[in-house]
Parts: sequence; structure tokens; C-alpha cells
Amino acid sequence: MMGAFLHSRTLLPGAVLTLVFTFAALISLVWVPYDITVLDIANRMKSPNWTHPFGTDQFGRDILSMIMEGARTSIAVALVAVGIGMIIGVPLGLAAAARKGGLLDEVIMRANDLVFAFPSLLIAVMITAVFGASALNAIIAIGIFNIPVFARLTRGAALSLWNREYILAARVAGKGPARISLEHILPNVANLLIVQGTIQFSLGILAEAGLSYVGLGAQPPIASWGRMLADSQTMISLAPHLALFPGLAILLTVLGLNLLGDGLRDILDPRLRRART
Amino acid sequence: MSLLKIESLSLAIHGLKILDDVSMEVAPGRILGVIGESGSGKSITAFSVLQLLPGGAECTGRITLCGKDMLSLKEAELCAMRGREVGMVFQEPMTALNPLKTIGDQVAETILIHERVSKAEAMMRAAEALRRAELPVEKFPLSRYPHELSGGQRQRVVIAMAIALKPKLLIADEPTTALDVTTQAQILNLLRRLVEEDEMGLMLISHDLAVVADLADDLVIMKTGEVVEYGPAKKLFRNFQHPYSKALLAASGHVPAREAQARDVPLLQVREVVRDYTGHSHGWWGKTTLTRAVDKVSFEIRRGESLGLVGESGCGKSTLTRAILGLEDVQSGEILFDGLPVFTHHHANVAVRRRMQVVFQDPYGSFNPRWKVDRLITEPFHLMDKPPTGAARAAAIAEALESVGLTAGDADKYIHEFSGGQRQRIAIARALIIKPDLIILDEAVSALDVSVRAQVLDLLANLSDRFGLTYLFISHDLSVVRSITDRVLVMKSGRIVEEGPTADVFDNPQHSYTQQLVAAAPVLPADVVTAH
Repeated sequence: MMGAFLHSRTLLPGAVLTLVFTFAALISLVWVPYDITVLDIANRMKSPNWTHPFGTDQFGRDILSMIMEGARTSIAVALVAVGIGMIIGVPLGLAAAARKGGLLDEVIMRANDLVFAFPSLLIAVMITAVFGASALNAIIAIGIFNIPVFARLTRGAALSLWNREYILAARVAGKGPARISLEHILPNVANLLIVQGTIQFSLGILAEAGLSYVGLGAQPPIASWGRMLADSQTMISLAPHLALFPGLAILLTVLGLNLLGDGLRDILDPRLRRART
Repeated sequence: MSLLKIESLSLAIHGLKILDDVSMEVAPGRILGVIGESGSGKSITAFSVLQLLPGGAECTGRITLCGKDMLSLKEAELCAMRGREVGMVFQEPMTALNPLKTIGDQVAETILIHERVSKAEAMMRAAEALRRAELPVEKFPLSRYPHELSGGQRQRVVIAMAIALKPKLLIADEPTTALDVTTQAQILNLLRRLVEEDEMGLMLISHDLAVVADLADDLVIMKTGEVVEYGPAKKLFRNFQHPYSKALLAASGHVPAREAQARDVPLLQVREVVRDYTGHSHGWWGKTTLTRAVDKVSFEIRRGESLGLVGESGCGKSTLTRAILGLEDVQSGEILFDGLPVFTHHHANVAVRRRMQVVFQDPYGSFNPRWKVDRLITEPFHLMDKPPTGAARAAAIAEALESVGLTAGDADKYIHEFSGGQRQRIAIARALIIKPDLIILDEAVSALDVSVRAQVLDLLANLSDRFGLTYLFISHDLSVVRSITDRVLVMKSGRIVEEGPTADVFDNPQHSYTQQLVAAAPVLPADVVTAH
């Protein structure tokens, strides 16, 4: 496992990038270079320099500090949204697979189709429009769209497992579908879920940035990469670094998570693993 | 003048030695049987002829095909030979064909790759090749897709692809292993006919001595990458020299010693059982179709008896097994175990279920790869009201493992640490752990090598003597059924067509289908069996 980790061309850079942003978010909980709620108009729109490595914005706030706190917002929103998707979607998928072809399967999967049929960001805009713009509503909106992703993935993987003989053996041992799903199916689809989880995580970060960009995500004074981009838009010719750093942060985090997901799939999928050795 | 000559071929993959000093020869119009168990290197020998080897493989020695030294040819030259000079037939007809292309296109493809002919002409020649493989265009148009054909017909398509360009050498790697007995006989006859007509050389690879016995002119027996025996088949069969060949022959005809006597008390009674499947032909509201998988089947198993159930794929064996295990309800009829119904009120009867267990065919698919052996084999404890815990559980695990010839220490390992034969022992241990009365063996030895199969059969015979077990032995392999069962049922299209003591049924089959089955089953020549 460790050898594969070091030799993988995607896993290592992916993990490093992800860890850098996670650390930035964690450190921001206890310390940031400057307090971002304090405005320092005298030092506004400074280019990167020794006191402000990433420069300052139009209110004189330190951009490095805002990126660090923004990482916290992005990661928190995406993580909880993926959590919602997994906690609701995986049991639904397991139940649908256990009752394949039955009424429950049809109801669950058609409800999934219904959610899939709507453009996700549009619905997110609607939810925040109805319930007000906040980080919490963004989480719920993104989370809902993660449910069918996990439900479908789980059902598909579980269906092929249900045909295995060890499931038949468990049925002969008198185990019911719920117990078989929990003991036999879930551990065997876990690796798929982890991989999909990292990919949904990166999509969640993008979605949060998108919502904040149109002003429907986290509200000031909570820092958010998406809103930093939106705010810098009018000043991009005067101070390009205002857009550059949040843009890079989004790019690198999403890239890192996707590489991580790719790499994890390579080492967690036993078929690919066998093919390589 | 030999067609293919392999001289002291050695092969290593990433430094690991796979083949060691392998030599053999195929002459035009002759059939060379290559026999060995899994891991003996028989397939890799065939692939090295075509130089279709995995990365990191290094060959030394000499392979001469039609006067050309295969090891020194460039990839482009090899491509020109593959398919034209050498045709290949694979084991699994389900995966050897592209599901998205018609059979005509697939056969024509071989022709179009090697010859500059028009598409229309290639299709005409494809039709001719298919006709020679006994798939006449009138009945099987070129526009058919693989999924519209049966396993045997698909294998004929694969053969048609291989012989389309009249190659000088045909390599068939376990061409009939995935097929039913009667289909197997037809395919073997087809191969023999093609060899005679085209003066082609045939390299027939198999794990089954009986399949090769009445076909091959010459015989190679391989073991762990080495040739242990090589010579004309007739002579060799009468006079095997190497202990491994002798052991292999003994194992294929092995009859385990059994002492247990069936008592005249019925344990399982199956009466007039009918199982239908309903399908929807067009969506939710379309017409429902009814398929009858099991049609008024009645039989009984006596206590201590070993009953065989023989039939080809799709005859309803598996459906019947599920019904007996109480996994599915039946439409009519009843199944009684020791006088109790196996299925009551939409649920399997637990009191009955804990007295029956099952061993499946696939030693690789019947275990959860993420569990350790102790957890795997104690799964049936779920059926008990008070499963043993702590020391009693450990003792039960140790007893079950030791009774199948493993050690108590194996309980702490994962399933991938065991070989196929060991896994099947673990499957038997899992069935034994709750001390059932009846064990259903669903093709339980079909996936095993002959020598391992002989050991597992011995183990089963021994266990039935020790624990007074009753077996329902489901198999398509007549020789195995013959060696371990007292009585046999022959099943076809959901019905039992013949029933009786095993020896009587096989020696003097009454029903035409049974006669067909017995005639098709590959057997070693009688004088060979007695000679050893």
C-alpha cells in the first residue's frame, strides 16, 4: 500500500495539495496573520509584499488570511454536503439493490431520477432564494444533489455483489437483506464510495464557490473564495492579484482532490491493482 | 516434416521462471494434446508460439513454425502470421466475441485484416467458414449477434474465425471446458473433422485427460512448467512412466471409498414441485410471460444417501436447489424436510434451514474477500438460537477446520491466502459447522483440478461416514456423479426424465436424453483404466 502510494503519479501530488489546504483551514481556526474583520483603508489594494505576502484587498484586508479562512468555509461546506449525500444516499442505494425490481427499488430510483433531472445549481439558487442566502442553505442545497449520486453508485455496485455466491451462502445462513447489506455489501462497496466521495468533495467546493460568487453562499464577514472572486471582478485591471489568489486556491484544491480520487481508485480497485503487478 | 517445433523453450516473467526446457512438435493433420493442471504452463506455452506474452516475459530456446523462427520475428511479421498461419480458439465463448458486432462481421474481420479483398467477398468467405463450422447461413444469418446464440454456437463462431483463412496450425485452449457435455462432444467432433479436411495441425490444451484421450495422436503432460511425459497417445496411455502422469490418470478415474449405508427413512421429500418465473415483455404494463423452470418434480432423498442430480445448464437444477434451501417459494407442490415444510409464511423455516447447508461451485466467489476465515465459516451460526461464544466458538471453528484437513491456525487468515482446493475445503467447513443433516453440493468440485478434485471427493466420502451426512450432489460431470452417488436423477427442461441407482442408470440408460448424455461424456478408454 505504502509503495503504491509513493509510486502513484497522481496520488502523491493530490494528497499533498489536499493536505496543504486542509492545514491552512485548520491553522485559520487558531491563528491568521491579520484579523479580516478589521478594515485598514490606508493599506488597500497593496500588491504582494513582505508584510502581506498575497497583498491586500480593496478594504485593506490581508488576502492570505482571507484565503485561509475561505479554505475553512469551502472545506466545511463541501464536507458536510458529501456527508449528507453519503448518509442518505448509501442506505437508499443498498435498500434499492436489496429489493431489486420491487416497488421500493422503483420508488427510490425514480425519485433519484427526479432530483437528477433538475440542474443542480439552479435548484441551489432557488433554495437560497426561498430560505435566504447562508452557508447552511448552501450546504443543504449541495447535499441534496449528492444523494442520488451516492444512491446510484451504491445500487449499481451492490447489484453485482448480490449475484455472488457468498451472498447466497449468507442467505442460506438465514441472514436477512438488511444484515447482508450491512455486513457483506457495504464493506465491499466502501472503496468505490471513498473515491466518489473525493470527487463529490471537489465538486462541492466548486459549487460553493459558484454560489458565493453570485452572493448566495456564505455571507460577510465569513470569508469565501467565490465572493472574493466576485468582489475583485471590477478591479481586475487595477489589482489582478485580488482575483489571482482565490482563483488559484479553487483550481489547486479541486485539482488536488481529483488527483487524490484518481489515485485512490487505482490502489483501492483490486482489479487495477492486479493488472499493475 | 513438422509444422510447429518447440525446442527447449524456457520462459521467465520478471525473473520468475514459468517454463523450463519445454519441447514438443505438431505435424500437419495431427492432434497434439497438451494436458496439465492449473499453473502447469500449458496456456503460456501456446501463447508463446504466437508471442502473445505478458510484459516482462523473456523467452529462450527455439520455436519454429512453418520454417520460421518465431522468437526472432518482428512484431509486424508476427501480426501477419497470427490469424493467417495460426488460428486460436479460447475457453470462454461468452467473452471471446465482441457483443456489438454481428457474427458475419467478426469472421470477415480476420479475412479483411490479412487479405486485400472487398467487404462483399470477405462476407461470402465468412459465410463459407461458418458453414464449415456447422452454422449454415440459412439457419444462422450473418447478421446475428453473439447474444442470440447459445454457448456452443458461439464457440462455433470462434472456430469459424480461427479457420477462416485455413491456417496451418490451430491452437485450442480448453475449447470445451465452459460447455455442456453434449455440446462438448459436438465441438470436439467438429475440430477433428476440420483437422482431417484441412490437413491442419491442432494443439489441444485441456485439463481433462478424458477429453483428449480419444482425440489426440500425441500427448504432452505438463507440470509446473515442465514436460513430464511426451509421446504418441496410444502408447503413452497404456504405459505412463512418470509418477505424476500415473497420479493424474488415477485421479481422473478416482472412486472414493464409501461405507455409509442409506437407511430407508426419507430425509427430504420433494413432491410435484412447480416453479414459474414471470417476466414483463414490454415494460411495466406489457404482457407478462411465464417461464416454467421446474415442472412437477418429485423425488426423495433417504437419510445417509448420496443422491446425484445431473443436467445441463438451464435445466432447472439451480432453481430446484434454491427451492429446497427455502430461498424461494414454489408455485405448487411441497418440499418436506424430515416431515417439515422448508418454506412457511413467506419465510424459510429456520428449524429446517439449520439442518441443511450448501457448498457452491466457485471457490473464488463464495467468500467475502474482506472477512477472515473464522468469521466466514461461523456465518451459519446465525441460524442458531444460542450460537456458541468464546472458547466454545473457537473449539467449533477448530473442529470444523480440522475435519476438512486444515489447521485451527488457518482461522486467522484471509481467504486470498488459500488455493482453490483449500477454499473448497473451507466452504465445506462452513457447511459442517452447524452439524447439518443434508449438504447440497452445487457443482462443488467442477472448478477444481483433477488431483484436488479426487482429494475433495475423498474428504466428502470420509465426512459422510463420520457424521452420517446426506448429500445432494448436483453436477454436469457424469464421472464425478458416478463415483460418489448411490442414486441419480437426470433432469431436462425442468423435468426429471430418469431416476435410479447410479450404476444402472449410467450402464443401461432408458430415456433417450440420458443415452445421449452418457454417450457424449468423455471417458478414458476402458483398457486404459483397467491397465493401471
